[in-house]
Amino acid sequence: MQQVINVFLIGISIGSIYALMSLALVLVWRSTRVVNFAQAGQAIVTTYIAWEVVNRSGSFLMAFILAVAIGGLIGGLVESGMMRTLFKHASDGPVAAVAPVIATLGLLGVIRALVGLIWTNEGKRFESPVSTAGFVIGDTTLPFSRLNLLIIFTAAFVMIVFSIVFQRTNLGLALRAAAYNPEIARLSGVKVSMTRTIGWVFAGAAGAVAGILLSPNDSLTPYSLDVLFVFGFVAAVIGGLESLVGAVVGGLVLGVGLSFITFYLGTSLVFPTAFIVLVVVLLVRPSGLFGVKGARSA
Amino acid sequence: MTLKVERLVVEHGAIRAIDGISFEVAEGSLAAVIGSNGAGKTTLLRTLSGLKDAKLGKVSWMGRDITGMKPEDLVRRGLSHVSEGKSVIPELTVKENLALGGLWRNNKSELAQSIEEVVELFPRLGERMSQRADTLSGGERQMLAIGRAHVSKPSLLLLDEPSLGLAPLVVEQIFQTISMLCRDRGITVLLVEQNALGALAIADTGIIVNLGTVVAQGDAKELIDDPALRSAYLGY
Repeated sequence: MQQVINVFLIGISIGSIYALMSLALVLVWRSTRVVNFAQAGQAIVTTYIAWEVVNRSGSFLMAFILAVAIGGLIGGLVESGMMRTLFKHASDGPVAAVAPVIATLGLLGVIRALVGLIWTNEGKRFESPVSTAGFVIGDTTLPFSRLNLLIIFTAAFVMIVFSIVFQRTNLGLALRAAAYNPEIARLSGVKVSMTRTIGWVFAGAAGAVAGILLSPNDSLTPYSLDVLFVFGFVAAVIGGLESLVGAVVGGLVLGVGLSFITFYLGTSLVFPTAFIVLVVVLLVRPSGLFGVKGARSA
Repeated sequence: MTLKVERLVVEHGAIRAIDGISFEVAEGSLAAVIGSNGAGKTTLLRTLSGLKDAKLGKVSWMGRDITGMKPEDLVRRGLSHVSEGKSVIPELTVKENLALGGLWRNNKSELAQSIEEVVELFPRLGERMSQRADTLSGGERQMLAIGRAHVSKPSLLLLDEPSLGLAPLVVEQIFQTISMLCRDRGITVLLVEQNALGALAIADTGIIVNLGTVVAQGDAKELIDDPALRSAYLGY
């Protein structure tokens, strides 16, 4: 029983990181109808910056705040500097659907190469701000550590901030309205081009948090967040790609599910399971657990 | 003259949806644009509110050229457009839909007051404030759409077929409210309708369009009584 609870908590911990990446992807999808392949790339930049700050100042908190701020900035710059031009020039036909996605894929390549140039492709060790040794109860040491606890609390904090912004503020109302129906939003006076950029800013910040939470006690390379993108995407699809709540639930469900697979069936089955889940969700319930029935057109 | 449309031409790809329309709507009056499906009525409204670009021609409002301005900027100049088909956001609550119309003013007390006014206009909405808009009936949704536009405090209200698909009793109530918004609140209204008789009955002037051109315009009562127009365009 204790083992089950443990596996569950570890799953919540890793799942909350997936949930943040999933949130980032959903925020971008909702605001501009693009799956942003560069999301993990943007996060890798901020994670390297955080690593630098931790190395130089030793302050994880400062690294965190800086990473989130720069993550938001990068998101905003990518949307306003690159995506907006693309949307304008490829506004019709099949190109309009494909060009922006391909562009994010290209951006991912560029970012990885630049990060490799600056920091080399060699793995860096990202020190954890708190102990990674498991909690000890009686004479048993649990796999669940202070780092896991920190991850859960940080992710929960970010999600609470997001839910307050989206549900309780004028900005949140404008963002939701623009996501659901840009035309009515514009007719009501919402500057939709601005809400699009803000969606990317929030996504960049959420992705930065995911990157900085995944990396401690692990090796950091320009490719180390690719896995995060894959799981974040699967989580977003489970949640229906449209729903912020769905993104979080999708991330947690996936994290817990994969945690059980890892402990009881072995690591080698983690990836196949994630892809099987992806395919099954797309076949059985393409709108996801929280999606709206009948796909919304852009 | 407050709203002035001059030789407007709008195209959908190769199709000329509006082919040189000109008319004027006097301040504080109610003008009805009548025509059958495909006459260009919706395109006309979408061009006036900035959703669609004009190919040629000019639109001016209160003496200012507003051709090509964006909808979000036009709202700030007092132009509100209730688009075709119960233009509400179903995923949001009634209150959120209403608040949306007042976001740009960024003034809490004014917003609360505007919402209060909408509840006076449509008491049924008052009972449903925290419900999602997709739980409303068709008539209530149309009321909500008009209510949202009202919260934007328009001086010019563009309405696209508010009677579409509604029961006769509800249509009558909606038309009465529209008429009241014009007579009592001094809002200039441009009402696009297929329901010719109902719309002309509350309008001051009528503009009858067919295949993207104006075929007749003038006093609403005279248009109703014109036997030639009746059989050709008004369909009763």
